[in-house]
Amino acid sequence: MEAATTSTRTAPPPKKKRTTDRAKAERKLAWLLCAPAVIAMLVVTGYPIGYAFYLSLQKFDLRFPDDKEFVGLSNYADVLSSTTWWSDLGTTLIITVISVSVELVLGMLIALVMHRAIFGRGPVRAAILIPYGIVTVVAAFAWRYAFDPTSGFVPGLPLVPDDYAPLTNKEGSLFIIILAEVWKTTPFMALLLLAGLALVPDELHEAAKVDGATTFQRFFRITLPLMRPAILVALLFRTLDAFRIFDNIFIIQPGGALGTESVSILGYNILINRVNLGLGSAVSILIFICVILIALLFVKGLGTSTAQQRGET
Amino acid sequence: MQGRHLLAAIALATSLALGACGVGGDEGGSGPRAINWYAFNEPGGSYQMAVDDCNKQANGRYTINYVKLPNIADQQRELLVRRLAAEDDDIDVMALDVIWTAEFAEAGWIKPWEGERQSMAEEGKLEGPLETVRYQDQIWAIPFTSNTQLLWYRKDRVDPPPDDFTWDEMIDQAAENGTAIEIQGAQYEGLVVWINALVAGAGGEFVNEDGETQVDESAVRAAEIESKLATEAAPPGLSTNREDEARIGFESGRSDYQINYTFIYPSAEAIEGFQDKIGWARYPRTVKDQPSRPPLGGFNLAVSEFSNNPDLAFEAAECLANEDHQALAAELGGLPPTTESVYEDEKVTKAFPFADMLRESIDSAGPRPVTPAYSDISLAIQKTFHPPDGVDPDGIEEKLRDRIDKAGQGEIF
Repeated sequence: MEAATTSTRTAPPPKKKRTTDRAKAERKLAWLLCAPAVIAMLVVTGYPIGYAFYLSLQKFDLRFPDDKEFVGLSNYADVLSSTTWWSDLGTTLIITVISVSVELVLGMLIALVMHRAIFGRGPVRAAILIPYGIVTVVAAFAWRYAFDPTSGFVPGLPLVPDDYAPLTNKEGSLFIIILAEVWKTTPFMALLLLAGLALVPDELHEAAKVDGATTFQRFFRITLPLMRPAILVALLFRTLDAFRIFDNIFIIQPGGALGTESVSILGYNILINRVNLGLGSAVSILIFICVILIALLFVKGLGTSTAQQRGET
Repeated sequence: MQGRHLLAAIALATSLALGACGVGGDEGGSGPRAINWYAFNEPGGSYQMAVDDCNKQANGRYTINYVKLPNIADQQRELLVRRLAAEDDDIDVMALDVIWTAEFAEAGWIKPWEGERQSMAEEGKLEGPLETVRYQDQIWAIPFTSNTQLLWYRKDRVDPPPDDFTWDEMIDQAAENGTAIEIQGAQYEGLVVWINALVAGAGGEFVNEDGETQVDESAVRAAEIESKLATEAAPPGLSTNREDEARIGFESGRSDYQINYTFIYPSAEAIEGFQDKIGWARYPRTVKDQPSRPPLGGFNLAVSEFSNNPDLAFEAAECLANEDHQALAAELGGLPPTTESVYEDEKVTKAFPFADMLRESIDSAGPRPVTPAYSDISLAIQKTFHPPDGVDPDGIEEKLRDRIDKAGQGEIF
């Protein structure tokens, strides 16, 4: 990440030039060198996506193979006209927005600590990264068991009411799911932000200090603007991940019970449980479209911010 | 030198991999044919003993490989369905949960038991389990083990329930004593088991014989009981409790009544003197003047459509499900038999002091809907009746009918 951002910042503005033969040959070579990777990507991602789209246009249930027929966009109409899809999308967005915002604030604080740590830098960074190294399913089980109303230890803690049972209602379950998500992925956010922090030159801070800027002013006027590309990349990655949330819900509230069903759980229920490939693929393609929209939004923001830094606008 | 070692290692690894592939091959040759039996990993070891016994009896004609599946029914189904949809010929015999018969038969994944085989599969079986292997006037599997729920109560705290004990009376009694009723209220198949028993107990069903949605007053009655229990006699965590949470809750002493499978009885041995405090009775009634229809679980053995050795597979299934092996499964695995005479077996009467109540319950059980869209309909029921304390009997009929309709037609709900 660090290298990529640096290179975009230091790259000279492109100049218009007539392409020489040599440049043509180099471009051809570049394409040849990229070809294997492009072909591999097409095979492992392009084909499944294309096949899913093809399936989404069919009425196709594995249990009734004889009833298979082409139905056009009717699966999409079915999904988009259902209240289930929209309420699940709402749940997913609630989880995404809350968890990513909390992660951004916490991640920034942790990144500052890691950046400024004077002694024990290695151990501090390692300790902070531990949650990210734990398998999500295992972590999710730990959270579920901790808050279990029958056998969990949390209701037995001092200051916590003995009948505290968040996993038995919707709001509590969403809270625990978001908590598990934040605990697990804040280190990732912190790591990406740390890379961004390293880009801010110390001289700027020193100059600002001489001019009498307070710590807060320095953070909001110098650090944050310079870190903008890194923040956007971190937000992009985390938002995409959070939107596709599956494993935490699958374990903490199996089957998306109590209104915690996310769009990925909905897709799973239709594809794997009901083996309804047509309808399930339509849900998958819709999730894919949502993900592309989110990515476009961020990439556009990223584009303008790097352009601003290069002074092109 | 090092290069040569590496080559040798690669050659060895390759030959091992190829050799491993060869084990499964059962085409031709004069050795015993391999019959792969896909079934859940029975922790008591009775399935493995049945396999060993059948292999001995087969006298070299076939060898059964016991391929172990996860213990959770939904996961077993996922694994089987994916293989069968791909027409995998690796499965010869499989243990099917009683609710999957119609789905697998309709999809053309299992072979019907016809002629002599049919009479063999039906011979001496209880009516409840037999109903679970019937679909469209054919028999699709041989009943192997069964299961049902009983009403367990604390002998030291409450009177033995009368024969016509109803849910309402039980909830009132528990509320009066300030205790809870242990039941499975999480959003999963166990909730469907409860709701189905309540609906069947009022003479209703979800889907009729022709596969049409059949929702009536009985669903309202079921919702009333569920909601009453959730407000007046709910244990902590009712909306996430499964079989094991219910068992733990009952053992903790917070409840006088528990609806659960028979595994809770041997499990109570771990607590000094607790087993003596447990009494059992038939599943409570939904309405006072109609006998209850207890839930029905269990496993049937079916032969895959894609098996390379169907004749041997039928033979192996018959052997695995015979009386001796049913008795073994009861003794070691706590799984009630499907053949009536096995209930007289000494092993069974010793494992189940309540064997008579068990047989009576299984024989009069109310099976869950027999329909190829069962998984869809189960999800629809789960979504409609969960969480227990959020169920509103008003309007539940309409909501349920709409969801089951959509489930049956492969739409989203």
